[in-house]
Amino acid sequence: MQIALEARHLVKQYPDVLAVDDLSFQVRQGICFGLLGPNGAGKTTTVEIMEGVTPASSGEVWYFGEPAGKKFRQEAGIQFQNTALQDFLTVRETLDMFQTLYDRKADIPHIIEECSLGELLERDNRKLSGGQRQRLLLAVALVNKPRLVFLDEPTTGLDPQARRNFWDLVQQIRSEGTTIILTTHYMDEAQILCDEIAIMESGKIIAQGNPDELLRKQYRNVVIELPLEDVSGDLSNLQHRILETQGIIEIESDDVNKTLQELAIHVHGLNRLKIRQRNLEDLFLDLTGHSLRA
Amino acid sequence: MFQRIFAIFRARNIEFVRDRSSLGWNIIMPVVLMVGLSFIFSGGDRAEYTIGVLHSGETIDETAHPFLRTRYIDFVVVNDESEGFRKVGRHQLDLLVQLDNPPRYWVNPDSPKGYFAELALLQAFDGQIEKGQISGEAIRYVDWVLPGILGMNMMFSCLFGVGYVIVRYRKNGFLKRLRATPLRSIEFIVAQVASRLVLILSITAFVFVGTKFFLGTRFEGSYLVLLLIAFVGATALISMGLLIAARVTSEELAGGLLNLVTWPMMMLSGVWFSLEAADDWVRQVAAVFPLTHILNAARAVMLDGAGLADVAPQILALVAMSAVFLALGAVMFRWHPR
Repeated sequence: MQIALEARHLVKQYPDVLAVDDLSFQVRQGICFGLLGPNGAGKTTTVEIMEGVTPASSGEVWYFGEPAGKKFRQEAGIQFQNTALQDFLTVRETLDMFQTLYDRKADIPHIIEECSLGELLERDNRKLSGGQRQRLLLAVALVNKPRLVFLDEPTTGLDPQARRNFWDLVQQIRSEGTTIILTTHYMDEAQILCDEIAIMESGKIIAQGNPDELLRKQYRNVVIELPLEDVSGDLSNLQHRILETQGIIEIESDDVNKTLQELAIHVHGLNRLKIRQRNLEDLFLDLTGHSLRA
Repeated sequence: MFQRIFAIFRARNIEFVRDRSSLGWNIIMPVVLMVGLSFIFSGGDRAEYTIGVLHSGETIDETAHPFLRTRYIDFVVVNDESEGFRKVGRHQLDLLVQLDNPPRYWVNPDSPKGYFAELALLQAFDGQIEKGQISGEAIRYVDWVLPGILGMNMMFSCLFGVGYVIVRYRKNGFLKRLRATPLRSIEFIVAQVASRLVLILSITAFVFVGTKFFLGTRFEGSYLVLLLIAFVGATALISMGLLIAARVTSEELAGGLLNLVTWPMMMLSGVWFSLEAADDWVRQVAAVFPLTHILNAARAVMLDGAGLADVAPQILALVAMSAVFLALGAVMFRWHPR
């Protein structure tokens, strides 16, 4: 598969902090690539360097085999984390204005339908809800029929339903062959949307690959969760790694049947017991030693 | 309720104090204005009236008559009678006096300041001074001040309407979003200039036509030449606004910087009063401002019927200023804060 975007030894040094530390990675065409990390990990800076809005201290960004330049600007769609739109313009006027800036033109009625903006076309930008606004910003990112779309924390601040609707939209765009680069600190979002992820910490990538493969490679166990108040005895005799967070006991288990038998001795009842698969939150915790949203 | 008010009050104060550029500017601005104004109007006896003294010499002998030592009046030498009449007629001089025997004076009957200066003169001469007739048409103050008001409105609209808005765009991230498109900075700048030009020329034309219709204001020259002056003048002012906003990220700092250029222009470019009696260096400073050239050229066309060749120096000055401001603005322009 062709390489759509490549970061080559990117460095961004601010006066008091090294935000991006010799970062290199490739994004294959047609996939959804997730850049994950806690606030301050350097993912937004990395993405902004790739988008061409922030200059790198050193390093290069390549787009389809050539240094990112005019062609990239014409063919990339970008949704920033925080973008103001011009006041007093309607949704339709905003889409028209942005489309005029590009040589490549998407079919606007198709975008309007895809982003469910049909009923909002004559509405002032200032009067859109959070979800409507995010859909408009995504539509703006699509007006040039982009081959590559950057989505920087696109669902931050949205309610759960609006987030799920937005995920459907992203999956639809990806299914049309558009490459997507997504930054997020929502692990469920990354797990659902991304074909490949890179986890960032202190300006570096500490793990990269397909989310399921990364989890399979790292873990061969599941996690059994129990409310702390249901535990009556001493669990330290169990031959498992046990964690306690916010009143919940987490027990790692390679053999669920065996662990459950052992637990039955120490626990009042197992009615509130949950068994869950390992997730990216666990992976991040194990790789960095702290929670993703710490 | 007071707790909430205090919480917001405190937060706003912290925001203001921590925005060092704005804080610095708010301290520096009044100091600069105070120093500048005290320098310009130093001496304590700031003149309220300007009276031309018609005679062939280069200096005025204050001993010739006690009236020449009157406080709050600037006396300037006028060698040419017709030039003196023209200046009285155009409110550049409040009175013109000749201390020959018999002494004579000329006043524009439509000049409010001329009226009071005349009272002082008649008292000083105990009525023993002959009143002369101005040859040529004296113009009303409204005719003289109209270009000033139109120019001042143009100045505020161009500087704040462009400079302030760009800073807001930069601060709220809209410029950053545009940066991610194929739009180049020069394209953005040209679009801003063009947008404001159309707007300000339309508004100015509307006000001009309105005053002409309702007040019957004087117009002697060519409408096309006036339009050209308005066009290059507005371009110079918009370019100046773009230059000021090229890098600023704080609206408060932008406001301060814009005030820094608008205040001196309002006072020294001849919006409300003529700089006829001002020191040479004040007039040289005023020549740096686009508004001075706009008003000089517009008044020449509107009141004296000047043609394109007559106002070519002012137009060229405005074109040069536009080119410098635009070039610097384009070079210094930043889409978003670093």
